[in-house]
Amino acid sequence: MKELMTGNEALAYGAYLSGVRVGAGYPGTPGTQIMEKFASFPGVHAEWAPNEKVALDVGIGAAFAGTRALVSMKHVGLNVAADSLFYAVYTGLNAGLLIACADDPGMHSSQNEQDNRNYAKFARAPMLEPSDSEEAKQFAATALEMSETFDTPVIVRFVTRTSHSSSVVDVDPAAVPPPVKENKPYKREIGKFVMVPGNARRRHPVVEERIGKLREYAETTPLNRIEPGNDDWGIVASGAVYQYAREVFPEATFLRLGMVYPLPEKRIREFAGRVKKILVIEELDPFFEEQFRLLGIPVSGKDVFPIVGEFSPSLIRQAAIKAGILPAAVSGFSAAPASDIPIPVRPPILCPGCGHRGMFTVLKEAGVVVMGDIGCYTLGAASPLEALHFCGCMGASIGVAHGMDKGGIPDRLVAVIGDSTLFHSGLHPLINTLYNQGKTTTIIADNGTTSMTGHQHHPGTGYTLQKQPTVKVDLERMIRGIGFNKVDVCDPNKRDDFRKILEDHLKSDEASVIIARRPCALQSRERRTPPRIDPELCLNCGTCLDIGCPPLIQQEDCVSINEALCTGCGLCVQVCPSDAISQEEN
Amino acid sequence: MKKIDYLLAGVGGQGTILASRILAHTGLELGYDVKTAEVHGMAQRGGSVESHVRWGKKVHSPLVEHGMADYLIGFEMVEAARWLTYLNNNSVTFINRFRIPPLLVTLGKARYPSEKEIENLLQSRGGKVKWLSADDLAKDAGNPAMAGVVLLGALSNLVGGGREIWLKVIKQLVPARFVEMNQKAFLAGRDAGPG
Ligand code: SF4
Ligand code: SF4
Repeated sequence: MKELMTGNEALAYGAYLSGVRVGAGYPGTPGTQIMEKFASFPGVHAEWAPNEKVALDVGIGAAFAGTRALVSMKHVGLNVAADSLFYAVYTGLNAGLLIACADDPGMHSSQNEQDNRNYAKFARAPMLEPSDSEEAKQFAATALEMSETFDTPVIVRFVTRTSHSSSVVDVDPAAVPPPVKENKPYKREIGKFVMVPGNARRRHPVVEERIGKLREYAETTPLNRIEPGNDDWGIVASGAVYQYAREVFPEATFLRLGMVYPLPEKRIREFAGRVKKILVIEELDPFFEEQFRLLGIPVSGKDVFPIVGEFSPSLIRQAAIKAGILPAAVSGFSAAPASDIPIPVRPPILCPGCGHRGMFTVLKEAGVVVMGDIGCYTLGAASPLEALHFCGCMGASIGVAHGMDKGGIPDRLVAVIGDSTLFHSGLHPLINTLYNQGKTTTIIADNGTTSMTGHQHHPGTGYTLQKQPTVKVDLERMIRGIGFNKVDVCDPNKRDDFRKILEDHLKSDEASVIIARRPCALQSRERRTPPRIDPELCLNCGTCLDIGCPPLIQQEDCVSINEALCTGCGLCVQVCPSDAISQEEN
Repeated sequence: MKKIDYLLAGVGGQGTILASRILAHTGLELGYDVKTAEVHGMAQRGGSVESHVRWGKKVHSPLVEHGMADYLIGFEMVEAARWLTYLNNNSVTFINRFRIPPLLVTLGKARYPSEKEIENLLQSRGGKVKWLSADDLAKDAGNPAMAGVVLLGALSNLVGGGREIWLKVIKQLVPARFVEMNQKAFLAGRDAGPG
């Protein structure tokens, strides 16, 4: 039977069918649906961990215990989990461990476009890269077998266009995972599992020897293959880019690398021997290109294709034409040139009714510097709010704010972090601020969910990934428990209340926390009657437009509200200087 | 089996993802190899979103090439115009006569092009343009959020597949309590015809 699946779904399916019974991850675009899909299979345990490092430790533990495990994250999540990746390569495991990790070339939804293939080489972990969903399913099985054969975690790399592309997967409706046998017995092997220097020194040669064996494996595995064609150009590619390149160079000979680390030297030489010239087509870093050059094999690569941004068939074709590798456009019709009338851009914005909007309007008026973090509230930096002045990575807001405080700036300063991000990596810097006698006010933008990635549960929601009711970590008690004395809770869309609390905290010399709590507008069902704007009273001054709420539209002589979009949150009512906006109590 | 490339363009939250799934599954029913590509996450918060859907004998890339789209389905006027470079002079654009002004327009910092300008633009560059008041038709069928399904209805007249196939796919993909409504919206679009 044929079924359409995204790469994320297909990998989860393949892992399930291969007997994976424990999964852990942290949501992050484009990798989120891997764990969501895995969680839907019968008889598995799947969890959202507070962050990727915890997720990886959980996966490693499950594999130690003798159960196959799946861990998922987005590319930058592996930065957080890197410490654990490195030790797991040294200790090895017991049962198989698959780490699925999704890069985001082009940064559709990320703060950078790091190329995680480098992690494979850095940590000495083998890495596979599927080019479509069927391969994602198959590679999951292969990765788990490899993991057990070679006693190492295996990384499967996605990019946005393999994670979030759908393609046909062969599905056997009768297929079930292998029966749960006895776990592979766990043995207390101190020399293998306790990475103190003496043991680690004995493990490092094991790691290097293992990479040698994996290199041998790479020579024979069907994951890598030479696809014979016209030998004028030999194309080297993997993953989504392989599929683009196949379309742009339908006749060429290909070296198609399903295993991106370690690379098969003999096969590469065989390939180099048969083709006249080699073109390496790879998104982001010259990862293959450098290794070809180390082997002394001349190639074209980053001299033809960019090192930044996402590729597409169009981009590859244009670059190849420009470099004289392909003849100029052959087809009978030419692509339409870009528009000659300006098309207004449409960046993402906070939803109507979002509590972050109220918070940022108040922060803006207070004139404070805002150290932000990662989540929907990062959109507070966008016009017209422009009230967030830093966003680096998950959990950075609080530490950076504390550093600025100690470094000394004349402005008043706050840190803003979401609830899920606080659980991810905000607690340590929060403790640090208190411990090191900081005075930063941290605002927790608590909307009760992991909103940006599609509303996943976290330790503060009271539910697990598999929708089981569970302990709901109480933010206020937790923060008081750390030792904060000044903690307030407030709905940030009640601007007067929030402003009062903010001013009070900013005056204080102690480190403090404001929990700005308002359920995510996309999730909460609360809808109130949209406000009315009295055209007689409306000055058409545009003050309400400055809160950047989509339903508010400036007309000829007054502002109007698009009732279909409005949630009736009442924020605009509070900013109108002429009391033209009013709302029924209900 | 000729390839057919589709580009669906809209604003986050307008239902481009459901529409592209319906289109993809219909292709599969008709015996095509199918691939799709879309973006999730940040862009979905009210930003521009586009989905690629490709039918063919064997499809490699999930992304449509510039100048190669056979059909552009614009859920919103300015979003249709944004993907102009994917058109060629054989392309057909289905465009929803519906505007969601981007924030910059709302703030008076950018201008929303007129219907005429968008029409001229699409027509001068990209073959045929078919206008549809999909939001109105969807509203008549029960909910304006089904505008995408109305557009698919109109499109279905040109790309094959009897109505039964499309209705069956809608039934497979839409939650049970919305099936009837969506089928009604689809048929409204189909009856409105390719125009
Ligand atoms: S999804 Fe929720 S948190 Fe994110 S912008 Fe919309 S309302 Fe705000
Ligand atoms: S009440 Fe005002 S601020 Fe709230 S969603 Fe409606 S238009 Fe936006």
